Amino acid sequence: MVSEATPSGDLCSIPALLARNARTYGNSPAYREKEFGIWQSWNWAQVAEETRAMALGFLALGLNRGDHVAVIGRNRPAHYWAMVAAQMCGAVPVPLYQDAVAEEMEYVLQHCGARFVVCGDQEQVDKVLEVQDSLPNVEQILYNDKRGMRKYDHSHLNWLDDVSAEGRAGHTRLDAELDARIAELTYDHTCVMLYTSGTTGKPKGVVLSNRNIIETAKNSSEFDNLRHTDEVLAYLPMAWVGDFIFSVGQASWTGFCVNCPESAETMMTDLREIGPTYYFAPPRIFETMLTSVMIRMEDASPFKKRLFDKYMAVARKVGPAILDGKNVTGGKFAYWLGNLFIFGPLKNTLGLSRVRVAYTAGEAIGPEIFEFYRSLGINLKQLYGQTEASVFITQQPDGQVRNDTVGVPSPGVEVRIGDNGEVYYRSSGTFVEYYNNPESTADTKDAEGWVATGDAGFFEEGTGHLRIIDRAKDVGKMADGSLFAPKYVENKLKFFPDILEAVVLGNGRDMCTAFINIDLTAVGNWAERNNIAYASYQELAGHPRVLDTIQAHVEEVNKSVAEDTMLSGCQIHRFLILHKELDPDDGEMTRTRKVRRRIIEEKFADLINALYDGSDSVYTETEVTYEDGRKGKIKATLSLRDAKVVDTKNKRMAAE
Amino acid sequence: MKDTTEGYVTADGRQIGGVLMEMKNITLQFGGVKAITDISFDIREGEIRAIIGPNGAGKSSMLNVISGFYVPTVGEVWFHGKKRPQMKPYQVAQQGIARTFQNIALFKGMSTLDNIMTGRMTMMNTNLVTQAMWWGKAQREESEHREKVEKIIDFLEIQAIRKTPVGRLPYGLQKRVELGRALAAEPKLLLLDEPMAGMNVEEKEDMSRFILDVNDEFGTTIALIEHDMGVVMDLSDRVVVMDYGKKIGDGTPDEVRNNQEVIDAYLGVEHD
Repeated sequence: MVSEATPSGDLCSIPALLARNARTYGNSPAYREKEFGIWQSWNWAQVAEETRAMALGFLALGLNRGDHVAVIGRNRPAHYWAMVAAQMCGAVPVPLYQDAVAEEMEYVLQHCGARFVVCGDQEQVDKVLEVQDSLPNVEQILYNDKRGMRKYDHSHLNWLDDVSAEGRAGHTRLDAELDARIAELTYDHTCVMLYTSGTTGKPKGVVLSNRNIIETAKNSSEFDNLRHTDEVLAYLPMAWVGDFIFSVGQASWTGFCVNCPESAETMMTDLREIGPTYYFAPPRIFETMLTSVMIRMEDASPFKKRLFDKYMAVARKVGPAILDGKNVTGGKFAYWLGNLFIFGPLKNTLGLSRVRVAYTAGEAIGPEIFEFYRSLGINLKQLYGQTEASVFITQQPDGQVRNDTVGVPSPGVEVRIGDNGEVYYRSSGTFVEYYNNPESTADTKDAEGWVATGDAGFFEEGTGHLRIIDRAKDVGKMADGSLFAPKYVENKLKFFPDILEAVVLGNGRDMCTAFINIDLTAVGNWAERNNIAYASYQELAGHPRVLDTIQAHVEEVNKSVAEDTMLSGCQIHRFLILHKELDPDDGEMTRTRKVRRRIIEEKFADLINALYDGSDSVYTETEVTYEDGRKGKIKATLSLRDAKVVDTKNKRMAAE
Repeated sequence: MKDTTEGYVTADGRQIGGVLMEMKNITLQFGGVKAITDISFDIREGEIRAIIGPNGAGKSSMLNVISGFYVPTVGEVWFHGKKRPQMKPYQVAQQGIARTFQNIALFKGMSTLDNIMTGRMTMMNTNLVTQAMWWGKAQREESEHREKVEKIIDFLEIQAIRKTPVGRLPYGLQKRVELGRALAAEPKLLLLDEPMAGMNVEEKEDMSRFILDVNDEFGTTIALIEHDMGVVMDLSDRVVVMDYGKKIGDGTPDEVRNNQEVIDAYLGVEHD
């Protein structure tokens, strides 16, 4: 069992940290929000006062210990304060996704039995009112933005500012009670309850205690040396655990400033104006940024374009090494020049010129995208985490950043790999329980506190870095007992723009094979430039030169897969290009475009046989569903190709 | 038809005040062409008043009479209980009447912010020289106006395009900027000339919400011309129907909808 972490001094709750910040960093900015075209800012002393007033107001409205307070809205200072104010009263804040529809909201509000609901604006109030009949627990609805609210029945509806005003007015009456409630808070009290997004089944309420949040905030802040002068931009959903850790946990622990954008659409402008020093974004955002840069460079004048290409080549060569503080021979001056004229202004445009630490997580990031930012000198790193861990399981230390790992266990986190390859962890950040759901809690967390992640991975020999290969349930074994991790290889294939989708087969067999879907836009573009005529997707997919190109991609992937001793068995020996795109209408993919392996294996059984019996071509008929629901058949003769594989066994023997 | 001078309460519970503007027997003639023939109606404080009618019915002419751009050949316009003399456009603006145009009339090369700033022109008191030097009073004045403009930008949710040149914006947003410029003048009476023309359903819904919110938040009286019947019937408190320059109906949307003359004008009559 992990030793129970104990609080340092009396800092055992977020309200206690807030009080400390008001004493220590009273005049430093704590929250900023752009409103009416200007960055409005509050220092820690003001935030402490505002939050206290709100908490007094909550008391006046009758908020009890242990009540749940739902918070629904975009990232705004008042919403963060409402969460801390709820904690002050001994209640539990429950932030919800603001873009959830009323029915989704209904389930969560029912499940947590919230008595108070804090809404951002009229839209959110309307949603709550829509499902109010099935929510007997909801007693008070509070709103932050007054607009459009005048005509509503206000018997159970209050403007947040009125609540604070009432709290201020009644402070002599309520002060003692509030102070008593704040003093009661311990490390074991619930800090926040966050609902997992529920891609499988109903959302579950993850209960995180003050210990979980504060210990995690402390460890992770020390890991990256965060200080009270740092700046973050709070733009990711408040209901997501990461935002709670960054904008509440770490902000309270280190006292840095949380900046809230004006609206979702102005995020990129606001990012540039703030220039955060600590930044988090999912891979999708980094990808969008890179695409917009590349598109604009395509339209730039030839001189600028040449300059950009020349210096980006320099950056790719020496940038990452310089960032890691390694010794670089030559190219240093060119990089310095490039930084002066190209990288610096570019980073400034992107709003990333002051970034000391940037993280990405959630899914695999393309190597070129990752390298692009690293080579510009932006310290982009990867972390691996989940809600149940208060985010952090592993992260990459400075100087040991690589695209294909998720780093070493975060401070205070123990990680072990199960017999089936599944990753387990335990730490002081490990969640207390799923709210009102002991069965799920027992399924996920064992008696010793180990939590199953559902992901399969392994530690790399030598570096001790964790590598996540796939969802544990998709990982299998090859006939010779080596690991079979289809998604790992598929992701590598999909990083090629020509390949839209790939399905790797081979569970329980002696070799791996693959179905490939070409990307019609990318390959079609290439065909046009090379004067290759085609009349249909099927014809293009079957073109020998397309097959040649894809074969080259597959062989390149094989080389990179072979570098992993654990996964070298997953090299693709044979492949074919499918005559149709995998389509959710035909049941081959989910609506979120995830491959349904079992259905594909059944539907294309004849093709799989052909891949394993050594034939050169195969005739097939496939049923398809058109968009209007009619069904039809596609007939095709597909050619099968052998791809070169790197023989790792022989190589290893030769080395011995 | 409610014609008490005290006003009335609408179906959704809003209190409508007394008469703000009254058109008395207006006739407008261009040479031998009669654009408007002997039309009378009133606009009450706080209401949303629509003018509808088939193409060429004289709606835009009517709006131009209200805005003072056209002087009626016969008839009187009463505003705030006083007969309105012939006025220059800027004098009309100073009286608290602002408008948007059927074909957007923005400064295409200027940003959204600057365009809306121009709506406050009539309220700026410092002279050209002090403004050019941008010092002292002129600077203070600009800050005050900018604050008001920012409130409007926030209200219309166009923060993301604050610095974008208007010419680069899609049509629906340009319409919204134009509404913003009209609002910047803090009008008592806001005239909208086909605010939804050429918009898709989503843009129409957005615009409808803004019109209702303007009326609700600022208490602005609104007179609008619109072709989309669904929008008109949902938005307005009272509707004037025109056909061939004549008034053929006046009343609540329900009354107008059941008026035989109106149905005939829109659907056509069988000729024997």
